[in-house]
Amino acid sequence: MLQIPCPWCGPRAEDDFICGTEADRKRPKDPSALSDAEWADYVFNHDNIKGNTGEQWWHFRGCGRWFVIERDTVTHEITPIEGGGMK
Amino acid sequence: MKRYSITSLLRNAMNYHEDWQLAWGSPEPKPEYDVIIIGGGGHGLATACYLAKDHGIKNIAVVEKGWLGGGNTGRNTMTIRSNYLREQSIPFMDRSLEMYEELSSYLNYNVMFSQRGQITFIQSAAATRRAMRQKNTMHLYGADYRAMSFDEMKRRLPIFENSPNARHKVSGAVYQKSAGIARHDAVAWGYARMADAHGVDILQNCEVQGILRENGRAVGVETTKGIIKAKKIGMAVAGHASVVANMAGLRMPIETQPLQAFVSTPIKPILDAVVVCGGYGAYVMQSDKGEIVAGSGADPYPSYAQRGTPPIIEGVITAVTEVFPVFRRLQLLRQWAGMIDICYDGSPIISKTPVEGFYCDVGWGSGGFKATPISGKTFAHLIARDEPHELAKGFTFDRFEKGKLVLEGGVGYNRG
Repeated sequence: MLQIPCPWCGPRAEDDFICGTEADRKRPKDPSALSDAEWADYVFNHDNIKGNTGEQWWHFRGCGRWFVIERDTVTHEITPIEGGGMK
Repeated sequence: MKRYSITSLLRNAMNYHEDWQLAWGSPEPKPEYDVIIIGGGGHGLATACYLAKDHGIKNIAVVEKGWLGGGNTGRNTMTIRSNYLREQSIPFMDRSLEMYEELSSYLNYNVMFSQRGQITFIQSAAATRRAMRQKNTMHLYGADYRAMSFDEMKRRLPIFENSPNARHKVSGAVYQKSAGIARHDAVAWGYARMADAHGVDILQNCEVQGILRENGRAVGVETTKGIIKAKKIGMAVAGHASVVANMAGLRMPIETQPLQAFVSTPIKPILDAVVVCGGYGAYVMQSDKGEIVAGSGADPYPSYAQRGTPPIIEGVITAVTEVFPVFRRLQLLRQWAGMIDICYDGSPIISKTPVEGFYCDVGWGSGGFKATPISGKTFAHLIARDEPHELAKGFTFDRFEKGKLVLEGGVGYNRG
């Protein structure tokens, strides 16, 4: 069982949360300016990192807020990020 | 290759089984091959086997970082079925099931294919509609699938009980009679033995660490046993598709998640079908050794850890004991996970890639084992002829940017 540190509620069991996606994934400002390949790259493709990586999580069954943590996808070691990555 | 037969068994019995021929060799890598297949699981070995047998390519190597079938081939729960939903998937998977029916004699290796049937419980009104839609779709392609009344299902599974407190009451079932299980290790070993007999070099403990490229073309692999050149490279990797693709500079529409399975202590024969509890997305069956085998969907976040977490265990046990209360007193013997590469639309990618000479057969999600023969057949066709096999032409790499998804339930579906 992973314990995910919600920056607002504290550590909670993993089934409180839904893993969103990679932390640095940002919706392009002007999608219509992109080629189909670039848009598909944003929608579908993932770095799918083996090792330490940033992730967005959603405290779905708690406060309902999104935040960012770093998690190692091999060891599951979690590093919280100050303020949940929300500036 | 010396054929296995009743006479070979008797002959070897005379020698106390000390003179059996090795099933495959352990050659040293040659400096260059016509085709290198990355991944010595069922899919990679089947691909090499069909490349040699169907397409006459002799200079082939299969490069495997561990031992044969030590990845997801040895970690899946062996079920073979073809109940899919799309025009690209059903004929493809149905052909795979037919190939399994002949696989033991084709490979001269007993893969212990047992067509015990799969019964999928319908546990809600919405599931009834989904099941009927799937049944009708399957019939469009002539595949075997039918509704099963509650009474027939109860006769077929005497240990089934609809508990008064059940959260998801069972109202009926859909049934695929030709579905079944096969011994997963034997499938890998059988293909390895056949491939070896046709001159394929099987290189175990040889991890690919880089893909060599010249002018945008893949020309070889960097491995723990040195550089090996190749005219064509096929990737038949599960659990590390993104990692290997990344070595060739590619990003994949794939997420890697752990898929768990559980096995109880062995008991006498009690369950003679593969049963899927639709309401929970869990499945249960009895192995030939007598263990009750159960599992469900993937843990819903990326992981390369080859282990799972307790919420899934709880869900599977709830699902199974709700419909089979007799299993409540069983003890779990083993629990494990394999890492599955889930494509965004839930269908595999059997395709050329933007890197010339680099082909991929990846993204099988939780359904790779059942497709082993057809995956090998169609991937070998693609590599040998540079055009997709008729049955696999929908599974292209560029289908995502073209919007031609083959939706079977992929990453999005899997997110809670």
